[in-house]
Amino acid sequence: MSAYLPHTSDDVAAMLAAIGAPSIEALFAQVPAGLRERARLDLPTGLAEPELRRRFEALAARNGDAVVFAGGGMYPHDVPAVVDHVLQRSEFATAYTPYQPEVSQGTLQAIFEFQTFVALLTGMDVANASMYDGASATAEAVLMARRVLPGRRTVWLSRALHPHYREVVATYVQALDDIVVRELPWNAEGRTDAAAVAAKAADDTLCVVAGYPNVFGVFDDLSALAGAVHRVGGLVISVTTEPLALAVVRPPGACDVDIAVGEGQSFGLPVSYGGPGLGLFATRDRLVRSMPGRIVGETVDARGRRGYVLTLATREQHIRRERATSNICTNQGLCSLAVTVYLSMLGRRGLQALAARNHAAAHDTAARLARAGLAGVFAGPFFNEFVVRVPDAPAVWERLARNDGLVAGVPLGRWYPELSDALLLCVTETHTESQIARLVDVLAAAAPPARARA
Amino acid sequence: MHDEPLIFERGSRGRTGWDVPASTETVALPAELRRDDDLAGFPEVGELEVLRHFLRLSQWNYSAATGMYPLGSCTMKYNPIVNEAIARLPGFARLHPLVPDHLAQGALAVVAELEDWLKAVSGLDAVCLQPAAGAQGELLGMLLVRAYHRDRGAKRTRVLIPASAHGTNPASSALCGYTVTELPISERGTLEPERVAEAMDDSVAALMVTNPNTLGLFETEIERVAALVHERGGLVYMDGANMNALMGVARPGDMGVDVMQFNLHKTFSTPHGGGGPGAGPVAVRGMLADYLPVPRLVRGPDGLRWDEQPGKSVGRVRSFYGNFGILVRALAYMLRLGGPGLRDVTRYAVLNAAYVRAQLVGDFHLPYDAPSMHECVFSDRLQQSSGVQTMDIAKRLLDYGFYAPTIYFPLVVKGAMMIEPTETESRETLDEFVAAMRAIAREAREDPARVRAAPHTTRVGRLDETRAARRPVLRWRPPAQAPGRTKEN
Repeated sequence: MSAYLPHTSDDVAAMLAAIGAPSIEALFAQVPAGLRERARLDLPTGLAEPELRRRFEALAARNGDAVVFAGGGMYPHDVPAVVDHVLQRSEFATAYTPYQPEVSQGTLQAIFEFQTFVALLTGMDVANASMYDGASATAEAVLMARRVLPGRRTVWLSRALHPHYREVVATYVQALDDIVVRELPWNAEGRTDAAAVAAKAADDTLCVVAGYPNVFGVFDDLSALAGAVHRVGGLVISVTTEPLALAVVRPPGACDVDIAVGEGQSFGLPVSYGGPGLGLFATRDRLVRSMPGRIVGETVDARGRRGYVLTLATREQHIRRERATSNICTNQGLCSLAVTVYLSMLGRRGLQALAARNHAAAHDTAARLARAGLAGVFAGPFFNEFVVRVPDAPAVWERLARNDGLVAGVPLGRWYPELSDALLLCVTETHTESQIARLVDVLAAAAPPARARA
Repeated sequence: MHDEPLIFERGSRGRTGWDVPASTETVALPAELRRDDDLAGFPEVGELEVLRHFLRLSQWNYSAATGMYPLGSCTMKYNPIVNEAIARLPGFARLHPLVPDHLAQGALAVVAELEDWLKAVSGLDAVCLQPAAGAQGELLGMLLVRAYHRDRGAKRTRVLIPASAHGTNPASSALCGYTVTELPISERGTLEPERVAEAMDDSVAALMVTNPNTLGLFETEIERVAALVHERGGLVYMDGANMNALMGVARPGDMGVDVMQFNLHKTFSTPHGGGGPGAGPVAVRGMLADYLPVPRLVRGPDGLRWDEQPGKSVGRVRSFYGNFGILVRALAYMLRLGGPGLRDVTRYAVLNAAYVRAQLVGDFHLPYDAPSMHECVFSDRLQQSSGVQTMDIAKRLLDYGFYAPTIYFPLVVKGAMMIEPTETESRETLDEFVAAMRAIAREAREDPARVRAAPHTTRVGRLDETRAARRPVLRWRPPAQAPGRTKEN
């Protein structure tokens, strides 16, 4: 008898009799004997539940509990207890893709609400039921642009777009001979250089992809980028890794963006060593039939009662097979539920207040570091993440992590050789005043002596 | 059953479920960057209102925890509750992905151990845990195939895919620039070496095969088929969606498979979550290992660390390291069962499917009668004279308190009903399911109108999908916005 298996020996005997088989082994007779002989699993026996818990508690404890001021694509935020309570409801957690809508209205209505939240937040017309993560959503947006504007060749990625996102785009298009990926520089403000776009974007431009905020925490000038790209007939894709920013900043929909994507982890999900999160994906009504991913729509039953179904399935691979809009066949269902519950809990006022608090805390921290002699690298407008110049940054970062239990952001040299003396710092509502004061103190100690002052 | 409005239709101006302390000072964005719509449309609701709203919605869902969910090819087994507690340990849940490796040794140990277990189950040499889902694993697998051939200067343009394949297989191949050649299957329902040999030439990059296939049949000729593909320089990709039928019974590596994806949300019990998150790790033979995504986990003098050196890698398929929270759950499941337990999972999964199949033959048409593994496929042929179709049978099952099988798939069976009970259902539950299916077969003869009008007991009846697609309403709009369209149109 093994864990989770209800079969008694009486059950097995009765079932084999009904089947007319002498043994369970006989049910595998169609598998060649040679394969069966080689397949014995040389793996340990199972653990009882208490042992299993202790084993994982010990593993989790080995991860240390440093104070972390890193964002870089995953943002620590406080989560109302209601969110995880709803996620743990087995009725949501253990259902699958709502193929039978009559008994899946909970999942379907929640997705419809999710799509509404994403559309409202981004200022776009319509959103899908979510993608795997922000990076693959970005790649899917590029592929969508290729369906909308076939024959156009050049994908311009801002170099200030998160490096993982740029790498995933490159991975997804590597087999497509009709696409080339090129990069756009940033300017002194840390913003994608709109002048470079105007100079470089030609008639073969498929799309421009820029961060909002970008990897430096700085808001790109989406309207200027859109103006330059639309003049040559291409599309603008905005990428938001920290969607909390959209509560206070002009949304992509108001900046003439054609496709707005992002990572939704900030809204109710733990950072969980990088996943699961979810990709946000929104676009304009006119482009909806080219949009990838699951979509839920409203309809009625025979008695006129409102209900929700998966819709626009003719875009999908079970019907279109190799001509589908995408190979994605699910969404990040439970993660989109987390976002929906989280945004419902905070609502209009809560979200605005939280965004204002993040914005203020990060700016206050940046100002204190500047007074301590650690200047910001970029002059552009930022939200809750910013770049400071710290001499010998990688060594300082490593030392603080080892000796002080403090992770001082992300050393940017790992992604940008020209920024090897810079740290990307993130401050959210999870950081206490004493933690922030300590961050300022320890970094100030690393500041250039001539400029450091109390 | 209450009606439950949209969350946007609830609440009152000024209410919130989460009071955020006011900032001592506020910082202003430049005027041209400020959001000026005051988040119009966002709800303003209280905590209890939110809780009730979502608990009511939860009650409108059928789920694997509340009843048997025989959705073929999806392996809707029990999702152990303890794994939820384990994945939520603060040491995992609050671990930021960009901390130095020495502060993440526990997480890296989880990754290393899961890689080892998946190698053992697959009989392959290297594993990448990055893909977020089965379809992303497929895409990665085919990119590895492409990189392998390119490195050898081979120009290969085609992928062979049996007619019984998952729809994502051709879609993933197309994304890798390949054209798809569909292979017919035999009368028995499996691949024939002769058909593979005919289709095979130097332009074929890979054969993409699901084993057991979507009819629930083991591909008995898989070793010969793989040898034929290898002889002409091709690779064999296996869709591992049905690994629940193979653990401890047959290893893909021994069959001649070069690359495959696992679906941890199927075989290894992580919750399906209404559509995700899942995880689709890829396992490969040694000659493909160099092409796997970065970063790769390596063992160094100071412990485990991530190696970011790109080398010959095809690149990343997602940010960071994959759906880590799902990986934790899957490893917990494997350690709880152990090697012998995983083998038992497969044994009882096949026993349960055979038991259901044996009792439904006669009431429903079995288009392929070769012995099946963890699932079985029936059709509606015996019900056709009464005008009852697969869709009606599926809807009527909802009235009997069961979820429906996968229907109208695989495409090679007209009116298919693909039933996968999984190993975690007891004999009594299977008996109840069989009784329900037989009752529906009887109703189809005696009162077909009742079956055709099903479901009768659900919160809503059959929904008008044509209307949903013709006049898409894909979001709620604030009342002022509702009549018109937005200005961009």
